[in-house]
Amino acid sequence: MSNSALIQSSLAKKYWMAATGLFLCLFLVGHLAGNLQLLISGEEGLLQFNEYAKFMTSNPVVMILSYLTYISILFHAIDGFVLTVQNRKARPKNYAYSKPSENSLWTSRNMALLGTIILVFIILHMRQFWYVMHWGPIGVDSAGNKDLYTVTITAFTDGTFGLLYTIGYVVAMVAIALHLSHGFQSAFQSLGLRTDKLKKAIIIVGYIFAMLIPLLFAIIPVYIHLTH
Amino acid sequence: MKLKLKIWRQKNAAAEGKMVDYDISDVSSDMSFLEMLDVLNETLIKKGEEPVEFDHDCREGICGSCSLYINGEPHGPQKLTTACQLHMRSFKDGETIYIEPWRAKAFPVIKDLVVDRTAFDRIIQAGGYISVNTSGNTIDANATPVPKDDADSAFDAATCIGCGACVAACRNASAMLFVSAKVSQLALLPQGEVEANVRALNMVEQMDKEGFGNCTVTGACEAECPKGISLGNITRLNREYMKAKLNPVD
Ligand code: HEM
Ligand code: SF4
Ligand code: FES
Repeated sequence: MSNSALIQSSLAKKYWMAATGLFLCLFLVGHLAGNLQLLISGEEGLLQFNEYAKFMTSNPVVMILSYLTYISILFHAIDGFVLTVQNRKARPKNYAYSKPSENSLWTSRNMALLGTIILVFIILHMRQFWYVMHWGPIGVDSAGNKDLYTVTITAFTDGTFGLLYTIGYVVAMVAIALHLSHGFQSAFQSLGLRTDKLKKAIIIVGYIFAMLIPLLFAIIPVYIHLTH
Repeated sequence: MKLKLKIWRQKNAAAEGKMVDYDISDVSSDMSFLEMLDVLNETLIKKGEEPVEFDHDCREGICGSCSLYINGEPHGPQKLTTACQLHMRSFKDGETIYIEPWRAKAFPVIKDLVVDRTAFDRIIQAGGYISVNTSGNTIDANATPVPKDDADSAFDAATCIGCGACVAACRNASAMLFVSAKVSQLALLPQGEVEANVRALNMVEQMDKEGFGNCTVTGACEAECPKGISLGNITRLNREYMKAKLNPVD
């Protein structure tokens, strides 16, 4: 009888991949709700966004959620790396001629590549905003809150770098859209929830989620870049 | 028909293999793929060369022996069809056809196109059975009522012929479709339900030990399976295994 812990087996690794992945989907929704406030222009938008940013870095419940998010990203990336390495080892010699597009989607075969793009983006993104919010340099607004609003607007509008960052942001959102177009429904499959009855609905909801969320995310920097 | 064949030749398990080109003519479009290989082998034998070794037995799509990766897909281009049931009319005159063995760490090449699939046997030995007394007083299986839906799903799963095309097609060389079919077939029936937990745990453990990859839900297995075993079985395996893990009793 097996005595491996709830982490060693191939299936358990996928349970964790799916659980962390779906948790990150929830995180995306929350993060998006916050970001959309950046579309409010003028002093009002600045004050509201900075107040919100302060709340996000001080409220104890949010703090717990953000630690869960850091852990999820780390675990998801490490677990994904381990799975991918094992999968490469499972076929040491490849076919001379293979037609994978006959039987599967590109996204499903390139989750690690898409994930790596997302990871690079997350690191740059955190350096640019999360790090500055915590350790500066950052100004203060008229209400005495750290002025993350101005940091954000500057990031997307400041000369060539602002243009590059806007483009990079959109590329990362495309990667997330592709990652989730497969990942969302795949997570339900890994958790044993994608039954024949629910399969179609889960795939459709997955596609809608995968298109809608990254699209809304991407609109924000593009809007900022074009209007400021 | 005239064809250009590119076939994997490998003397034995330890030898380095390579793709070798063969030209073949006099192929009738009514021949099965294996008959075409028979014709090739006859000409090779007449020339005093080693014939191409390949697995086959029933030649009617039920034994699962014919493990050929043809033109980039297991069992060739026709869906829901084993290599032995594939006919040469699926190919064009003058076409180049690549013929390779299944590629997976758990399925090492023995010779040419023949791979060792005993890994599947060991997975079955780990739990793909029900423990019943068969000494004289066997109970008629039909005496136990089974809901129609369950019976149908179990039967669908039971049509798996253990060919290994799912592993060959999967970019991770995962055996999930095979294992899930075997687990489902038994877990859905009252006779098999008793040992469902231990079975799921042990078969998955053996699957991992054999060095098959992890499922990333590409769906290549389902698309290439000659028997149409569905991904729904993998959903069930994921559920059965989780249930077994969370149930500390047996
Ligand atoms: C916003 C961030 C992310 C979200 C929402 C997300 C979501 C998901 C989801 C839902 C899955 C499907 C899980 C399954 O099939 O069970 C998945 C799979 C995967 N993710 Fe992510 N992911 C994110 C970031 C990343 C990052 C940063 C990496 C790696 C560096 C990564 C690598 C992978 C890999 C390799 C898989 C495939 C695993 C497999 O099927 O075996 N992901 N992701
Ligand atoms: S699941 Fe299909 S492809 Fe896999 S071994 Fe069974 S019959 Fe062959
Ligand atoms: S030889 Fe038996 S299935 Fe093809």
